[in-house]
Amino acid sequence: MSQIFHPSANTVAKVSVFGAVFIVAGLAWVGGALYRSSYITRVGSPRNQPVPFSHKHHVSDVGLDCRYCHTAVENSSFAGIPPTKTCMNCHSMLFTDSPMLEPVRHSFQTGQPLVWNRVNYVPQFVFFNHSIHISKGIGCTTCHGPVGQMPLTWQGQSLHMRWCLDCHTAPEKFVRPKDQVFNPDWQPPANQLEVGTKLVQEYHIKKLTDCCTCHR
Amino acid sequence: MNPQTGKEYWRSLEEQADTPAFREFLHREFPVDASIWEDSVSRRQFLKVMGASFALAGLTGCMRSPEEKIVPYVKQPEQIVPGKPLFYATAMTLGGYATGLLVESHEGRPTKIEGNPQHPGSLGATDIFTQASVLTMYDPDRSQTVLNAGEIATWSAFLGALTAALSNPQIRLRILTETIGSPTLAAQLRDVLNKFPNARWHQYEPLARDNAYEGARLAFGEPVETQYRFDRADVILSLDADFLSAGPSWIRYTRDYTNKRRVRAGQTAMNRLYAIESLPTNTGAMADHRWTMPASEVEAVARMFASGEVNTAPWSAVWKDLQRHRGASLVIAGDQQPPVVHALAHAINDALGNVGQTVIYTDTVAAEPVGQFQSLGELVADMNAGKVDLLVILGGNPVYDAPGDVSFAAAMNKVKLRVHLGLYNDETSPLCHWHVPESHYLEAWSDARAFDGTASIVQPLIAPLYDSKSAHELVAALAGKAGVAGHDLVREFWKAHGLADDNSWHAALHDGVVPGTAFPAKAVRLRRFDMPAAAKPEAGALEISFRADPTLGDGRFANNGWLQECPKPLTRLTWDNAALISAKLAGEQNLANGDVVELRYRGRAVEAPVWIMPGQPEGVVTVHLGYGRTHAGRVGTGAGFSAYGIRPADAPWFGNDLKLRKTGRQYKLACTQNHSSMEGRDLVRAGTLAEFVKNPEFAKGELDYPSMYPGHKYNGYAWGMAIDLTACIGCSACVVACQSENNIPVVGKEQVDFGREMHWIRIDRYFQGETADPEVYFEPVQCMHCENAPCEVVCPVGATVHTDDGLNAMIYNRCVGTRYCSNNCPYKVRRFNFLQYSDTKTPSRKLQYNPQVTVRNRGVMEKCTYCIQRVEAAKITAEKENRKVTDGEIKTACQQVCPAQAIVFGDLNDANSHVARLRAEPLTYGLLTELNTRPRTTYLARLRNPNPELEA
Repeated sequence: MSQIFHPSANTVAKVSVFGAVFIVAGLAWVGGALYRSSYITRVGSPRNQPVPFSHKHHVSDVGLDCRYCHTAVENSSFAGIPPTKTCMNCHSMLFTDSPMLEPVRHSFQTGQPLVWNRVNYVPQFVFFNHSIHISKGIGCTTCHGPVGQMPLTWQGQSLHMRWCLDCHTAPEKFVRPKDQVFNPDWQPPANQLEVGTKLVQEYHIKKLTDCCTCHR
Repeated sequence: MNPQTGKEYWRSLEEQADTPAFREFLHREFPVDASIWEDSVSRRQFLKVMGASFALAGLTGCMRSPEEKIVPYVKQPEQIVPGKPLFYATAMTLGGYATGLLVESHEGRPTKIEGNPQHPGSLGATDIFTQASVLTMYDPDRSQTVLNAGEIATWSAFLGALTAALSNPQIRLRILTETIGSPTLAAQLRDVLNKFPNARWHQYEPLARDNAYEGARLAFGEPVETQYRFDRADVILSLDADFLSAGPSWIRYTRDYTNKRRVRAGQTAMNRLYAIESLPTNTGAMADHRWTMPASEVEAVARMFASGEVNTAPWSAVWKDLQRHRGASLVIAGDQQPPVVHALAHAINDALGNVGQTVIYTDTVAAEPVGQFQSLGELVADMNAGKVDLLVILGGNPVYDAPGDVSFAAAMNKVKLRVHLGLYNDETSPLCHWHVPESHYLEAWSDARAFDGTASIVQPLIAPLYDSKSAHELVAALAGKAGVAGHDLVREFWKAHGLADDNSWHAALHDGVVPGTAFPAKAVRLRRFDMPAAAKPEAGALEISFRADPTLGDGRFANNGWLQECPKPLTRLTWDNAALISAKLAGEQNLANGDVVELRYRGRAVEAPVWIMPGQPEGVVTVHLGYGRTHAGRVGTGAGFSAYGIRPADAPWFGNDLKLRKTGRQYKLACTQNHSSMEGRDLVRAGTLAEFVKNPEFAKGELDYPSMYPGHKYNGYAWGMAIDLTACIGCSACVVACQSENNIPVVGKEQVDFGREMHWIRIDRYFQGETADPEVYFEPVQCMHCENAPCEVVCPVGATVHTDDGLNAMIYNRCVGTRYCSNNCPYKVRRFNFLQYSDTKTPSRKLQYNPQVTVRNRGVMEKCTYCIQRVEAAKITAEKENRKVTDGEIKTACQQVCPAQAIVFGDLNDANSHVARLRAEPLTYGLLTELNTRPRTTYLARLRNPNPELEA
């Protein structure tokens, strides 16, 4: 009767036993890296839209304030996506025959709303509130990235819970003076930690890490 | 035996008898069937499949987030801020009486009903029917199109048929409505009657208040509305009146009544209620003295009191007490009592000097108070005689709910043209040529009057979901004004009635009440009235009593899952009605719970399962109306039995000579009374006012125990709740309100039977004393938010954790469904989604969900969160304004709805907050505090105020 296993099976067995740890760890690392990669989070990848709306143009070139369009951001959980009417406030005068703006004019004429592709997404069990972050001195660009530089908008941060908690545990690293909240070009000063610590006190910022702050 | 109160409380007869089946039930965390594998897939195969699924499940975390769309407005309406709810004032009418509401609307979707604090019938509170009405609006089983002989048709085709019929000015038109309290609709109907000389207006609804109006006619010569001022009454005698859970304005009465019962440290004043009743009710449960007797015997008692010669015990003591409180006492008769009892109650109130003090007479809220059973009878006679050309049924469902001896369907078939306007394609509509879907009150303009006459404009919260019409629009079509919008009809009426300019109209819409429309008190003179000799009931004969179902009313809410699953306050039954019998009768006839009997009454019979009800009068069988629907919809069809079949038109509430026969069959009833039992521990504490005066802390136990560990210090808020058992009337409004606010699913009868109902707040009902006549106690129990929470330490994934405010938070997205927390919870308040209970597919159903609360999926544990979404919203508002949350700013859903204001929520760290002051009261105690759980919810012990003369 011949041997069932070839002698090389010993090597295979040894490698698999001792390698198992590394294989599993390697798989976990690959999974983790994939999970954090911009392929999954879509950080930095511009999203197609029915109208190629450029924040770069409207914010940096024209100088519109964020709140001209995102009107609810100081009052509501949701910042608000402007109604077609807001676009037409200007575009009934400017670029009135631009083919790029045809969907906007069509929407306004027919009453059919524009359908935008959502860029910043949090799962439905996360209850995020814009207004409280604004009122506590967290600027738009802190979470949304350099919006003023985005021809087509992309997601600025991963929006992973880990990332949320980075700020919720150490808000002094990110908080800015309230008058700079809507400034798209604001950069943290060299002594951010020092200024931030003061602002955290001044604005009564609490380090909210209770689960039900966001999950309920 | 409970050492502190010396009383023994029990929930069910099984528990009292301590049967082996009960012990088995008790000692299982979940009933035996709950863990049985019922699927066709074998356990082994399941594990194989699941093993592979688990291996792959991790990968879903690596998936890209789903593509979502954002659809903004084209022109954003002025007041809408996306993400922020708006509240609109409106009103819901039931039985002709309005309850003022504030309805929460998220981007145009009404999601939650609240009471309107400015409305006299609500004062901010509501009941189960108003709470659940929002679910009815989104019910996918609602009628959605005009039907002609069962085929889909159009409104214009209907108008064509109607106009052709109405071209004859002599047409013998009959309009059948329910009780109409709407001033506009009444005026419209009168217009139609003027236009067609041969037209008649009939009214019928099965819970008509004929007896009350007829009693007033007997006593005063005219039908008047009787308003009771419980806020001025110190001694109350109820003659079979369930004024704390049924009838007009019971919400308001409950508020006034319980306000006079709150006894705080140092106080000794409390009202006293004597209740005579023909079945156990919430009112009897709240009474200081309760006597049960067949409904037919109440009249004799009323006659005795009216005669002023009250010499027999116990009534002499009651009479003395009433006389000691002349002008501050009150006698109230139940709607099911015959007119003469109402007239006698008026006479007694007159003799006691209560008129103008605790009893006020006004014009009637019903625009045309007619004897409705008689009105229906006349209509049926006309139809049978072929004297009707066109029958228009506006709302209502007479084919289902007409008394059994009125053959409405057969008579109706003799009418040439029949039209039905209704929310549902129900029992009546298939027998009509035309069915028109009716707009829900949240979709249509109307108006209504509260119990005191105060008018409210009913404004819609949403455009009609389907091609439906309101009664106003249909009546306008009858008057030849087809196409006039409901808004214009209502606006037009009020232009001539005090709201001429737009400012006053908008103010009335905003406030939810039209100022100055309450009826003034009316001077009436009591006249001598003849009393027919009281019929002597046959000795030994069984009496049958018909009552509205506590959760379904007359049956119109049968397709509402929230109401079907809400346990009935006294019986704790869900999804069914039953024939209630006394333990003595059950013993005599050898009946057990669920035994099906044949009830034969006046030659007609119905089969019903029996339920043995402690405290039920011995010779009385009570059946509840509202079940046994055959065309209710997917939820309500087939549940229970219809008692309308044996209900006679001439004696619709009770009668003698019922024959009861055991069939030998069994019927499964889903009852929650033994679910989550806490095994006879010291849970309900109660005493009398006298005991309280002697020893205010008679109920007090330790709230905190010494510990070797340093306690946790809560520096910010410390949310807590206090529940006053003296005030809680057990109405279950909190149960449905919580369900509506927190997206709690309905599970169905079978699952309830497994003990899987999902209500976050349950109302435990305890009996104490004799089986034949026990005292009843209610105790709402929800998550106690223990500071030392046993659930938290056993969760392997940290899905239930403590917050800085001391809340016991439940994090659904972390929960993997081990159910250890539920096992370890001594209060049994955690609920597990054994199956996919939440409906996430039906489009219209999805619209109702509260967007501030996660809709839970299968395999997730859930429980009361103290309405964390409201807490967080208030904290955010306060933080933005740089202040602390003020006391009373946060109201939990259960607190807001409570007519008795029995629930108070707030910050225990603020010594001046209402909840902190209640917690410091001598009556405060906690549940199972001996486990050192340090619950944040505490209770105030129940006080009764019995008459010392009767106690001896």
